This record gives sequence, structure tokens and C-alpha cells, in this order.
Amino acid sequence: MKVSTEWLGDYISLEGVATEELADQITSAGIEIDGVERRNKGLSGIVVGYVKSKEKHPDADKLNVCVVDAGQGEDLQIVCGAKNVAAGQKVPVALVGAKLPGLEIKKAKLRGVLSQGMICSAKELGLNDKLLPKEQQEGILVLPENTQIGQDILNVLGLGDEVMEFDLTPNRSDCLSMIGAAYEVSAILGRDLKLPDPAAELVEAGGPAAELAGAKIESEDQCTHYALRYISGVKPAPSPLWIQNRLMAAGVRPINNIVDITNYVMLEYGQPLHAFDADKVAGGVLGVRLARVGETLVTLDGQERKLEPHMLVIADAEKAVALAGVMGGQETEVTAETVNIMLESARFDGGTVRKTSRQLGLRSEASLRFEKEVDPNAVIPALNRAAALIARYAGGSVHEGVVQAGGAGVQEKILTLSLEKLNNYLGTQLSLLEVKTLFNRLHFKCGDAAQGVIEVQVPTRRGDITADVDLIEEIARLYGYDNIPTTLIEGVTTPGALSREQSVRRELRKLLASGGYQEVMGYSFIQPEQSKLFPALHQGHHAVKLAMPMSEERSVLRTTLIPQLLDIALYNSNRRQSDLALFEIGNIFFSEAEELKAQPQEHPVLGLLLTGSQAAKQWNGTVRPVDFFDIKGALEAVFAYLGLADRIVYEGDAPQDYHPGRSASVYLLGAQGRLKLGTVGQVHPELTRKLDLEDTYVAELLLQPLYDHARTSLQYSELYRFPGMERDIAVVVGSEVPAGHLLAAIREHGGTLLQNAQVFDVYTGGKMESGKKSVAISLLYRHTERTLTDEEVGEVHDGVVAALEQTFGAELRK
Amino acid sequence: MRLPAERFVGVEIYKWIEGGRTKVMKEKLEALKVEALAKLQEVTDPQTLNDLRVKYLGKKGELTEVLRGMGGLSAEERPVIGQVANLVRSAIEDVIAVKQEAFVQQETQARLQAEKVDVTLPGRALPQGGLHPLSRVIREIEDIFIGMGYKVAEGPEVETDYYNFEALNLPKNHPARDMQDSFYLTEDLLMRTQTSPVQVRTMLEMNGETPVKIICPGKVFRRDDDDATHSFQFHQIEGLVIGRNIRMSDLKGTLQQFVSEMFGPNTRIRLRPSFFPFTEPSVEVDVSCFKCGGDGCRLCKQSGWLEILGSGMVHPNVLRAGGYDPEVYSGFAFGMGVERIAMLKYGIDDIRNFYINDMGFVKQFKGI
Repeated sequence: MKVSTEWLGDYISLEGVATEELADQITSAGIEIDGVERRNKGLSGIVVGYVKSKEKHPDADKLNVCVVDAGQGEDLQIVCGAKNVAAGQKVPVALVGAKLPGLEIKKAKLRGVLSQGMICSAKELGLNDKLLPKEQQEGILVLPENTQIGQDILNVLGLGDEVMEFDLTPNRSDCLSMIGAAYEVSAILGRDLKLPDPAAELVEAGGPAAELAGAKIESEDQCTHYALRYISGVKPAPSPLWIQNRLMAAGVRPINNIVDITNYVMLEYGQPLHAFDADKVAGGVLGVRLARVGETLVTLDGQERKLEPHMLVIADAEKAVALAGVMGGQETEVTAETVNIMLESARFDGGTVRKTSRQLGLRSEASLRFEKEVDPNAVIPALNRAAALIARYAGGSVHEGVVQAGGAGVQEKILTLSLEKLNNYLGTQLSLLEVKTLFNRLHFKCGDAAQGVIEVQVPTRRGDITADVDLIEEIARLYGYDNIPTTLIEGVTTPGALSREQSVRRELRKLLASGGYQEVMGYSFIQPEQSKLFPALHQGHHAVKLAMPMSEERSVLRTTLIPQLLDIALYNSNRRQSDLALFEIGNIFFSEAEELKAQPQEHPVLGLLLTGSQAAKQWNGTVRPVDFFDIKGALEAVFAYLGLADRIVYEGDAPQDYHPGRSASVYLLGAQGRLKLGTVGQVHPELTRKLDLEDTYVAELLLQPLYDHARTSLQYSELYRFPGMERDIAVVVGSEVPAGHLLAAIREHGGTLLQNAQVFDVYTGGKMESGKKSVAISLLYRHTERTLTDEEVGEVHDGVVAALEQTFGAELRK
Repeated sequence: MRLPAERFVGVEIYKWIEGGRTKVMKEKLEALKVEALAKLQEVTDPQTLNDLRVKYLGKKGELTEVLRGMGGLSAEERPVIGQVANLVRSAIEDVIAVKQEAFVQQETQARLQAEKVDVTLPGRALPQGGLHPLSRVIREIEDIFIGMGYKVAEGPEVETDYYNFEALNLPKNHPARDMQDSFYLTEDLLMRTQTSPVQVRTMLEMNGETPVKIICPGKVFRRDDDDATHSFQFHQIEGLVIGRNIRMSDLKGTLQQFVSEMFGPNTRIRLRPSFFPFTEPSVEVDVSCFKCGGDGCRLCKQSGWLEILGSGMVHPNVLRAGGYDPEVYSGFAFGMGVERIAMLKYGIDDIRNFYINDMGFVKQFKGI
């Protein structure tokens, strides 16, 4: 809302308050002032002149030589190129030495003729193009005949004005009006208001309006008050300059006196008004109803609108003539020929207006105000104010009485506020007197306070105030937030903490980051195609789609983190950063039902990606490409850290979209059997080829099972006091036999004496028979209580070897 | 080296009596010593030194050879000659030891010289991972509030209309609930537009107990076109405190403590009235610019202040939705955008960087 300080001065004295200073005060009281605009864009030395005569320039077809009386004592000779200049006009004259935006006027000869100044157009005076009335958009600005010669143009056009831009929060629609703004400024400055008294200004003439017009409401849910005044004998013409100036200051384009006055009063009261050409209203009756199926209306902008049954219209006896609260119809529009008008002021339902204006893409100053609900007690005053102005500036007779439907008076709310609650709520120690003084400044009437409880009467213009806390806010903002003390919470202290899940997640982040993995963050939305990649971590579940995605690329909730990790890898390798170790922790989404009815399942997941070389190229080392065992090593580190290493099983079952020979599903063993945690391995070479990526390894694990099973209680175990005994074996087995199975068998048969078994070599080819491999394993035996003898170890070890021979047909290599 | 003659006075008498054998052996030993020492004197390499050691002192060495002749000596003579032989041996050994030590020293010197490295060449890299900058900022904020006695609460990214709007005092026809501004999945389900629904969920879980002191970090979603300052996905951290007699002045104190820890002890706050449906009164919170200290700079657009938080006293309707009687309990809530704070703190000028994940960007955020 643009608030002209010149206009504001009608209601409240701003004497001694600089506009910038006022803007700061308004901002700190709750309405942000976005800026202060000076309407004067750098003019000086421009006065009103009277064109006494106009003659053709002797040497130039398009130029005229004018003699102008600009109140300077002597007449001025001015050469002017505008087509519309004529003798008898009052015009703005830039005298020699005058300043215009980017221009200084000097005495000059134009084609040999002396010119002592310049006759100016509206644009040259720095007026906003878009706000100029049509007749002022070209040629010089012609001022009304009664304008006084020699007067400074700044005064004539109201260019001394400074305009504050109110950036209103949705609750403060009361300030979508000059009077609302005046109330706010009055509360801030503590100065009196003087408001118009439309009922007193209005002089009724002619017969009763009810004989000429009727009003009715057919849909009471969408309209609670519909009021009309009948004005006859109007003379549409340009408005007086002061109205035009104020409209332009408010960002509204002047059109003619009737329309300008409805706009002016809308800006003044916040109550939108509409004028119908009464002679084009069939039956003389205007009613409010919902649109009929298939109904159309040509709106003021000349467009035919298809109406829907939820839209509210104003209709005459025959058809819809206006979209209620949004835009008038072309047929009943006020034109230069209009003689009689029906002036409408009403209270339409905000939600209905909003829906209609959004659907039709028609947002107007009127719809903006109706959407936020208008003050029910402004409907009639605004109507009367406009009628009075029209009678005065457009020459009509306002017929007797308001024709209306609905409009049962809305009572001002009375809220009670406890002084104790107010002070407890804010942490202040305000006295009753201080609080009442502040309400007084807001023009909220206060009753006598009984036992510290104040009754506060809230004006209907402040529809945002519905509860005592709203009153507390009013007090707080006027008292000033800076004046509220700074305290700390009293009462019991609470221990702050992370939950188990949060702690584990943090540890994982630290572990992976210190192990060389860089954390990344993707979007929760992916492409539909991407959601089909990689094995679903929950079988049989469905991906979840956005109803109205912004793009196909981000239209499905992610079911896996891997596709975006691949995107990130591609982005980086295209920028010569191709040695990558990435991780992300984030949620994936699934729906159990095909059609989403309830909130989908959200699962926290860890994703890893590894590609390129294991370390950067170095002067003193060899560069090795990463492989399956690098990424598996990262998972092993995670499991070891969480105390789960012994309960993890890898199964090379060729999960979807992985290299079938270099991938595995990962399981957690538990009392209830095994639980699938996720997958690990090389991305299928076909897929990486399509994506234009080098060999890439990824892993994805569900985190909830890790959160649930992570070891969180650490327990000391005694250090070894007796030496262990190491036995290395090498066994030849079929090349398909998984080493993990050999180790599992060794652990099973090694009993309590076997402390550790690890593979230290795998050998195939060469002298090895084809289809066979040799696996070398180092076993460590140890007893916690004593030194083991060769015989003891030998017995267990022979058992282990025998088990390998029996189970896997292993041959011991000698 | 000469043996002291006086020690042999008695021996010489004896020798004179016993004849020349002893004298001969002694002379031989003496000659051996003189020769050995002379040769050792000239040794310049460890190999020759070793050869000489073997030549004189080895099992078949010359000293042993001389001593073999001791078989013909009487029982009285043997210790005398033995003593002389030992003296000769130790004299030679001493010289060898000195020589040997010198050679070890030389060798060490040579090795040190040979092993010299160019210390200016780079070391072998430790693997360098790191946290995403948003993770870092969230962790930092969490830690500050944990230190102030808060718990961390989290909730689903897909919310119901009820928790995301209605329970937060945004009625059905509120403009913020427009399909145009949020990512709906169905009429009733949407991507949460704020982390505030976690507040209501937590209140209900607390089942009327107080105090409630939580912060809620998480991803939120709005239908904004991405540009340098907008992202359809971003992170928020909300805080909520509910108890008896929680005051607006407590909110001021809490936020002051937070910004002092987050942005430095001299950071001040400024509250400006504002409007949020879920708080009343509502305030925007500015902090004094931590770059210029409030004098005005590019970061704060010369204003001296940075807008970082929205907050206020919890609206009675929200308390009711969470199961708390607004006549008995009160509370405050605050919320901040993690990306915005990260951008201000690290001087980042484009929000899209957080989700592009260029290694050049995400790897920058290391340090304390």
C-alpha cells in the first residue's frame, strides 16, 4: 500500500516529523516501510503559464512559436514542438534555469527563433507513464483552465509529496486504507485524528432511491451486505487535479471523475466500490447470486469470462453484469455518455473472491481488499463518502436513502485482558495506566478495570484482533520490543541430549568423513525412471508421486539415494574431479498402498559412492583404481564401529543394476533370522556406460536396523597375558567356493581357542589346476588363562582342517 | 706402545736363570704387537681391519700361533707369558675397537648423507572426507541448544495437512495453503513447508508434560523457482519451549544467548514486530552484522543488521492443538533457515551450491 504523506495529512498532523523518521517508527511498530518515494524527480523552476498565442515557426513545419504569460512580468517567447499546443491553454512552463530530470533549461535559438523556456509534457515532469490518464500520454500537459498563472508546478501536481510503501503482513489489511494508515500513525505518534464525516457532507436531492433501484442478496453465505445509492445527472469528465494527484501517488491511474472517486474512496476507506451505468441495468435491480452453469460475462478489460457455479456475480433482471468484488462488466460500465449511476458498496466473502480472482487470473485492488475481508462498518460510510464526492465533483444528485440488502450491524468485539497475564506473558511490569494509555492511542475503548482485568472494545476495522494475546501484541509493539527485558527461563533445568538414532547418525558421519568420504546432499525428489533403479529396500512397495511437480525431473519421492549420487559423480567428473568418495544420509520414501492414502513410509538410508583412483596421483606412489573391496571396506568399518561386524553376511546374489559378479546383498543376522540391510557393489557397466561414467562402486544401507542394533554399551575385556600360537594354512578349493564360507567353517570348528582367522592370499591360474583356487589363511589360537601346548593347538587345528576337507573338498597345500 | 720395564724386573732375573725361552717368546710377542699396531695404524677400511683382526687375533691368528709355543714352558713361566700375551691382545683389541667405532661413525655419516630427502616435497595424503556445510551448521546449532538443555526432535518430510497447517492455526482457506505454493501428494498429504509440524507432534507425544524444550532440524519444501536465493528444498531449524510462565523476555534471553554462541559474544539482537499465524506476538529477529559489527557493510547491505530468525509466543490455538491449556501454559517458538545462516556465516552467494555438490564447494568447509 502506497501511503501519500500529503494525503495522510488530511487526517493527522505530521508537522515536525520527517517522512524518513516516521517510516522508521512505523517499521519498528510492526509495519515494514519498504521505502519512501519522492514524487518530485528533480524538478525546479517550472511554473504554470498561459499560452496567449501560437504561430507557425517561420523555418520549421513541426515547430510553433508561442507567447506565454508565466507570471514573470514580461511575456515569454517559447518554441514548442507539440502538436496539441494551442492558444488559451494553461501549461507547465520550464523557465530559463529550470531543472528537469536529466535536463537544465537554457535560453536558446531554435532554427533562428529565440526560445525562453520549454512547455513540458507529463513525462518530462517525471510522472509515471503507466499512471497517466490517456489524454496526458502524448503532447504537452494541458492543465485545467482555472489553474493560477505563475504557480509552482510542484504544488499544482502535488509533486512535493513523499509516499511511504507499506509492506503489510496478511493480518494488517486494515492498513490497506488511508484511514487505517492514519489510525496506525496516530497510535505511533500519539496525535489526534480528524476523519471525514460522510453522513454530514452528503446532501440528498431528488426522489427516494428505492423508487429507481432495488438490491437483493440471493446467496447469503457469500455476501452479507449489499448497498446501493442512486445518483442521477452525473457529468463524466476528468477529475479535479488533486484527486488525480493522490490517485497517482497511490499508484492508481486516473480515468474519469466517477471511476476516480470510487477508487479514491476505496483507497481512503479500504472499501471497494463500483459504479454501474443505471440506464443499462435491466429492471433497475441488482442482485448478488452465484453464477449459473454456462454463464459468461465480458469484463471491463474486454475479455469474455466463462463463469463457474462457485463464482459470485452481480446480476440485473436478465444476466450477470459484474464479477462480485473482482471486476465490473463492460456492458454496464460508466462511459462519457453515462447520466445516471448506481453506486455499489458491499461485503463479499473473502474466500469466494479469492478463489474466483485466482482462477481467472484477475487480481485487482478491489479483490485484494475483499480477499482479506473488509470492515463491515465501512460499507455505508464509504458509500456515502463517494456519493458526496460525486455530487460535488461530477455534478450528480444523490437520491434519498440507501437501497440495501443484508447488513445486520456488526457489533464491536469486547475482549478482556488481565494485566497480570500481560505482564507475565511479556516479562514486563506495565501499570494499568500505561496499558490503558496505549489502548487509547490505538483508539480501542477501555472499560474500567476490575481486579486487574481490562475490557477492551476492538473496532471492526481490526478484524485481526480476536483474543487477548492479540491485545498483548498490540501493547508489546507500541511499548517497543527493545523495552522488553532480557531474561532466562525459570524453573526446572532439563538435560539436553541427542536420541540414540541421532547419536549413531552423527558417529557415522564422523567415521565416514574421517575415512575419506565426502558428505553430499541431494533432493528428496527424483525422476520417475530413477526410482525404478536399484533394488527396492522394501520389496513390493510403491514409489510416491507429487501431484503437481515443478518438473518431470523432480516428480517422484526418492526410493533410493544411488541415482543422485551417480548424478553428483557425473557432475564432478565432468569438471575433472573424478576420484570421488561420497556419502549421503537421507530419507527414502515408499507407499504400501498403490494409491497413497496415509503418510508414506520414510526410511533413513546411508548411500556411498566410490569411483576413480584410490588416492590422488602422487610423486612417490602408484595410483590404483578403486575396486569392490574398497567400498566393502568402508561398510566393514561402519559395522565394526557399531559392534556388528560378527553379525553381517554378504551374499553375492547379483542385485538389480549391479555388476552381477561384483556385488552383494548385505544381511544382518539376528535372533529372528537375517534382515536385509542393503546392497553393495559395482554399478552395472551397462548403466555406467549409459550415464557416461567410469567404473563406479556404490552401497546403500537401511539405517534404522543399525540404529536399533548398534552397540552402545562398551565393556572392557582383559588384555592377553599369554602368547598366542599362529598357524598358516593354504587350501585348494573350487574357485566358486566363497572365502567367507571357509572362514565361517573355520570359526565354527576353531572353538574357543581360535581367536582370529584371516585370509592373506588368494591364488588362481599359473600352476593351479583350472577351476581351483588356493586360499591362504592365517589362524591365531590363544587361551586367556595359560600358554597353549602344541598338542592342544594341533588337536583343534586338525579338526579345522578336517572340516574344510569334508565340507569343501579342500586339499591342504603342503 | 712400550711395556713398563720395572714390572719385569723379577722376571728378567728368572729368565736369566732359566735360559732364553721366555725371553724369546716375550720378544716374539713384543714384535707381534709392534707389527700389528703399525699395520692397524694404516687401515682405512673395515674389510682390511677385519682381515687384520683375523690375522692377529683369529683362531689361527699369529697371537694364537705364538702362544702355542707355551707348551714348552714351565708352570712358573706360563702365567708370566700368559699375562704378557693378554696385554698384547688387549692392546690390539683396543686399537681395533677404536678403529671400528670410527668406521661405524663414518658409515653412519655416509648413510645420513645418502638418505637425505627433499622435505619440501608433499607428504602422502591421508584420505580427506568431510561433512556437508549444511550438516556442519545444523550440528553447530544443535550443540548450542543441547548445551542449553534442549532435545532434538525430528518428524516426517511428508506431512498431513492437519499438522502442517491446521494445527498451526492456518485455517483452510489461508493463502499459504494454496496448491501453487506447496508440493501436495494428495489433497491431504504434502511435503512439509516448515518444520513446525514437529512442534505439534512433539507436544502431543509429551502428553501435557512440561517443560517442552526442543529444536527440530529438517528438510522443508516450497514451490519456489530456484535462483540464487531460493531453493524448492531447504532446511529449517525450529525451536519450541513450553512451560508455566514462559515469557517473551525469556525468548529474548534465549535468542541472545544463542546468537552470542553462534556468531560471537558481541552479537546483539533486535526484535521487529511481524506476523506468523502460529505465534502471537510474532517477531522478526535481526542480529547485528557479525562481519562489520553493525557499522554497515556489503553483507548487511549497509544496515548493520542481518535478518535471521522468525519467532514469537506460541499462539493459544497451537497450544490447544498440542494439548496444552493456554490459560495455564505459555511458550515461545523460533525458526531459522539453515541455508541462510550458512550463506551468511560462510559468505556463500548462491543457495544452489548446497545441492549441486561440486567437490570444489563441499570440500571447502573444513576447520573448527
